[in-house]
Amino acid sequence: MAARILAVFLLLFLSAAPLGSSLYEDQVGLMDWHQKYIGKVKHAVFHTQRSGRKRVVVSTEENVIASLDLRHGDIFWRRVLGANDVVDAIDVALGKFVITLSSDGSTIRAWNLPDGLMVWETFIRGSKSSKSLLLSGTNSKVDKDNTILAFGEGCLVAVSSADGEVLWKKDFADASFEVQQIIQSPGRDVVYVLGFVGSSSFDAYQINGKNGEVMHHDTASFAGGFSGNTLLVSDDVLVALDAAMSHLITISFQGGGLSINEKPISNLVGDFAGPVEILALKLGRMFALKANKLITFISISNDGKLDVLEKINSAAAISDALSVSDGRHAVGLVQQVDNKVEFTVKLGNDWNTNLLKETINMDHQRGFVRKVFINNYIRTDRSHGFRALVVMEDHSLLLVQQGEIVWGREDGLASILDVTTSELPVEKDGVSVSKVEQNLFEWLKGHILKLKGTLMLASPEDMVVIQGMRLKSSEKSKMTRDHNGFRKLLIVLTRGGKLFALHTGDGRIIWSRLLESLRKSEACEHPTGLRIYTWQVPHHHAMDENPSVLVVGRCQQNLDAPGILSFVDAYTGSEIKSVGPVHSVLQVIPLPFTDSTEQRLHLLIDAKQRVHLYPRSREALSIFQQERSNIYWYSVEADKSIIRGYAIKRTCVHEDAGDYCFEPRDLWSVVFPGKSEKIVSTVTQKLNEVVHTQAKVMAEQELMYKYISKNLLFVATASPKASHEIGSAIPDESFLVVYLIDTITGRILQRMTHQGCQAPVHAVFSENWVVYHYFNLRAHRYEMSVIEIYDQSRADNKDVLKLVVGKHNLTSPTSSYSRPEVVAKSQSYFFTHSVKAITVTLTAKGITSKQLLIGTISDQVLALDKRYLDPRRSLNPSQAEKEEGVIPLTDSLPIIPQSYVTHALKVEGLRGIVTVPAKLESTTLVFSYGVDIFFTRLAPSRTYDSLTEDFSYALLLITIVALIAAIFVTWVWSERKELQEKWR
Amino acid sequence: MMELERWGPSKFLPTSRLLIVLAFVSCLSCVFVAGRSADGYTINGRVKIPSAGAKGFGLLGKISDVKVILNGGQKVTFLRPDGYFSFYNVPAGTHLIEVAAIGYFFSPVRVDVSARNPGKVQAALTENRRGLIELVLEPLREEQYYEIREPFSIMSVVKSPMGLMMGFMLIVVFLMPKLVENMDPEEMRRAQEEMRSQGVPSLSSLLPSAARN
Repeated sequence: MAARILAVFLLLFLSAAPLGSSLYEDQVGLMDWHQKYIGKVKHAVFHTQRSGRKRVVVSTEENVIASLDLRHGDIFWRRVLGANDVVDAIDVALGKFVITLSSDGSTIRAWNLPDGLMVWETFIRGSKSSKSLLLSGTNSKVDKDNTILAFGEGCLVAVSSADGEVLWKKDFADASFEVQQIIQSPGRDVVYVLGFVGSSSFDAYQINGKNGEVMHHDTASFAGGFSGNTLLVSDDVLVALDAAMSHLITISFQGGGLSINEKPISNLVGDFAGPVEILALKLGRMFALKANKLITFISISNDGKLDVLEKINSAAAISDALSVSDGRHAVGLVQQVDNKVEFTVKLGNDWNTNLLKETINMDHQRGFVRKVFINNYIRTDRSHGFRALVVMEDHSLLLVQQGEIVWGREDGLASILDVTTSELPVEKDGVSVSKVEQNLFEWLKGHILKLKGTLMLASPEDMVVIQGMRLKSSEKSKMTRDHNGFRKLLIVLTRGGKLFALHTGDGRIIWSRLLESLRKSEACEHPTGLRIYTWQVPHHHAMDENPSVLVVGRCQQNLDAPGILSFVDAYTGSEIKSVGPVHSVLQVIPLPFTDSTEQRLHLLIDAKQRVHLYPRSREALSIFQQERSNIYWYSVEADKSIIRGYAIKRTCVHEDAGDYCFEPRDLWSVVFPGKSEKIVSTVTQKLNEVVHTQAKVMAEQELMYKYISKNLLFVATASPKASHEIGSAIPDESFLVVYLIDTITGRILQRMTHQGCQAPVHAVFSENWVVYHYFNLRAHRYEMSVIEIYDQSRADNKDVLKLVVGKHNLTSPTSSYSRPEVVAKSQSYFFTHSVKAITVTLTAKGITSKQLLIGTISDQVLALDKRYLDPRRSLNPSQAEKEEGVIPLTDSLPIIPQSYVTHALKVEGLRGIVTVPAKLESTTLVFSYGVDIFFTRLAPSRTYDSLTEDFSYALLLITIVALIAAIFVTWVWSERKELQEKWR
Repeated sequence: MMELERWGPSKFLPTSRLLIVLAFVSCLSCVFVAGRSADGYTINGRVKIPSAGAKGFGLLGKISDVKVILNGGQKVTFLRPDGYFSFYNVPAGTHLIEVAAIGYFFSPVRVDVSARNPGKVQAALTENRRGLIELVLEPLREEQYYEIREPFSIMSVVKSPMGLMMGFMLIVVFLMPKLVENMDPEEMRRAQEEMRSQGVPSLSSLLPSAARN
């Protein structure tokens, strides 16, 4: 739709563009989309007893508590807790409150079930860290003095579920007493607190449920010692493993005294090797034992006899026991059988009969079943029906009922690790351009409607039609490349090891793939994805091939763990090849060279600072050998406060793939005084950034040359006290030092100290400037500073005559080794909000002015024009400066609500913002992710090179028609006048 | 002492409640109080949002979305139905409280929790340095995230590129003849003759149907 012909014309008529972009309310959803997620579900509690809305309350690994619609999987409400506020347990109390225990058992909160409003909050302060447990009377009948028992930080607390008041508190302050279980016996007001003292003694306390007094204390010792968790099998029997993991210990504790029995596991399972794990089923007088890659179900009879019920393959998930009716318990089992999933519900006391057995077709891209939660309902024929909430390996959540997947949520997208983009395929001949424009009448009708809309003549029904038309526009969600470069594929890597391709037009998932190489295997126990890079972007001679991306992962959390590489086709999602586990991966450096198949050369730096070249081909190696002397890199050792620079020395000596491995040569190091300065942040420019012009024309025809070097590193260090959280430091002992370091030579170009300021520092580096955000303790406000660097050595080139004669040094190559004469300008401003992420808009040619995109603490993304962060701002700018657009200086940066790119939406749990240039120079694509994901398109200086979406073509047409009509009318007039003239 | 009644609901730990009452008695200038227990203090406060009924949002729905954030994300809490919030186990020092509420702009608040005088807490809005007598946080302003569409006016059409084109055309059509009329007829004739002799095509000769001349 970009009619560039008119653009210049339009430019003339544009009134002075206001700073920042803004949106009309009816434009929401035209260029942006927003998707809400919750993350991988940890706990789920169904709430289906009462009539009305059937819901399930879940808590997730992203610290989200949400109430989901059981029919469709929509979110009724959702609360995102703080990053340190990990949810330990959830439950429903009184049938109307969701109770959560979080922050290691120190915070109990109650949320209103229908709307998620926090009703009360109670804080437990204990003396030591411990397991956190929550017991609420879910199974008991609703009564008035319903109490919740919570255990956290070594304290047992009874809390009234109506208002959160602490009824009594019992502190188990004895450091060696490790509480394992709490049980409230039904009917009697007795609470049992069970745990270990040391490794070989078992203690049981009987506590009065009314006032928290200890009624009875038993202790028993067991010579073999205990290890790991204990399991509650029924109201009076506990199961544990001994220290050697060879015996199963059953402890019965009710009915006076403790009795401990042990039984060798091999008697139950047969010969086994490797780790043993006991799995809780909660109640039902049975439990499961995971050993030998088998899950063995074991029941305990009343006299303590252990019976093996069944052995199944370990690729299964077991639900907690659900009390069905009159003391019977049902257990849900989900097993993987080829591409299908078998859902079985069995009765605890009659294991051989299946209450339910269903086979469900499951997309194998979801991986294994990780967790299952079951719930029962009464069918119309009065029999029991079961539904299961299934959490898969890729973190997705599915509801299974009557042999079908009722709904599924792709909650893996709540934990995005990294994002890259890929172009869509080029439109082939024969594919119709657009179905919308084929029917001229329809097209005209649409535009007439739009015109009515702009002229405020449209009825409300018309408005709905117009809005629907705009949102549905098939143009934006087509699967081909567009002229403006708005349509792309966003390829995201999630923590679950799944790769998703999202369409930028409407956010739908084009493909998703659980990466085989990022799944748990023998060689790689805990694989995690790290980053994703564009590997191959075919154009020109390699047009037929699909683009591909490189996914880099690691086998373990620690830095020197072996790495995994996977190459994935960006159009289909198929894994082309995977490498690994290989050497460790600390850094990945994409080089600006490609081989004949357009594969980009990448350098992977391992923990020993050795360089590994990819792709491993002779051709790549020869390209690399030519450029070898120009390759430099650096490493930041934050814990030692050292930054080191390296170059390549020689090919590796002791490596198998010796040709593709190179050893480093130490070039330089910057050692910060570790006692007084700690590295808190390092930022470099984006590799794909394009700078349009090196010169900056100032007022009064002055010319400044930007010092543009891709090899600059911004480092912020803070005094040890200032590197912690706000609230712990005082201004006098806090300072922040920022450095600009050349990463080729290690030369410090600029150093600046901010006294009385502290971390966290968020920074962004672009062109010749850095903007960083930090906390000023003296003013107790956040501040943002800008540093701009200019090249003085070229400052003499202002003379036109010199330029004409050729006596200038503009064409002389810049080298990091030539001592740069730089001048830095800086200015600071107050900024209201805490910042979670900060980035800058990128455009295709770098002509368009820049905006900073700031992810604020309220999970919104604010666009702030770079002109507000300009060191040349002064209180009274001169006339020439005003004309140039220098804004008068203010002490704080303005927050204009209309320039929130997320408008009235929130990107809950915001973690990152990514900008990608579109082909159209004025426009940049913005993707922000956290628990939610949000995408929009921004034009920092308005869309000066294309017509806007709401451009009225009908008005243009009417104008043309009117002009033609006028021509004819005037023609007739002039004819008549000429005739009269002749008669005279 | 109406405020005292408000603190009444038994949502606080007994110790802190006692301290609140004590603080009321002891100093009138600091109404909100950090209750001390073990090694940390409790900051209690309240967020007051003016009834937004006019905008069509229920107050309740709004309140549940409000987050109160301590020290840039160190702790996050939510509002109770009456708008109160608490941060527990806060060490002594100078802290920053921010309120995140869609649709409202809140100034961050600087809160000093003093170790020397337990119970004495000072708070000030960081945006305008205004001190707070009690920790009642009110939005400085409402935030309007969308541009308001200007109601249709004839001026907006006139100002649009098309309007300007039309306007220019109208000027040429109606005002130019007037200007021509005002010219001296002698001069006019001379000019016309000159034009004819030079063969400057007139509008009529440009149009194909005018070829009959």
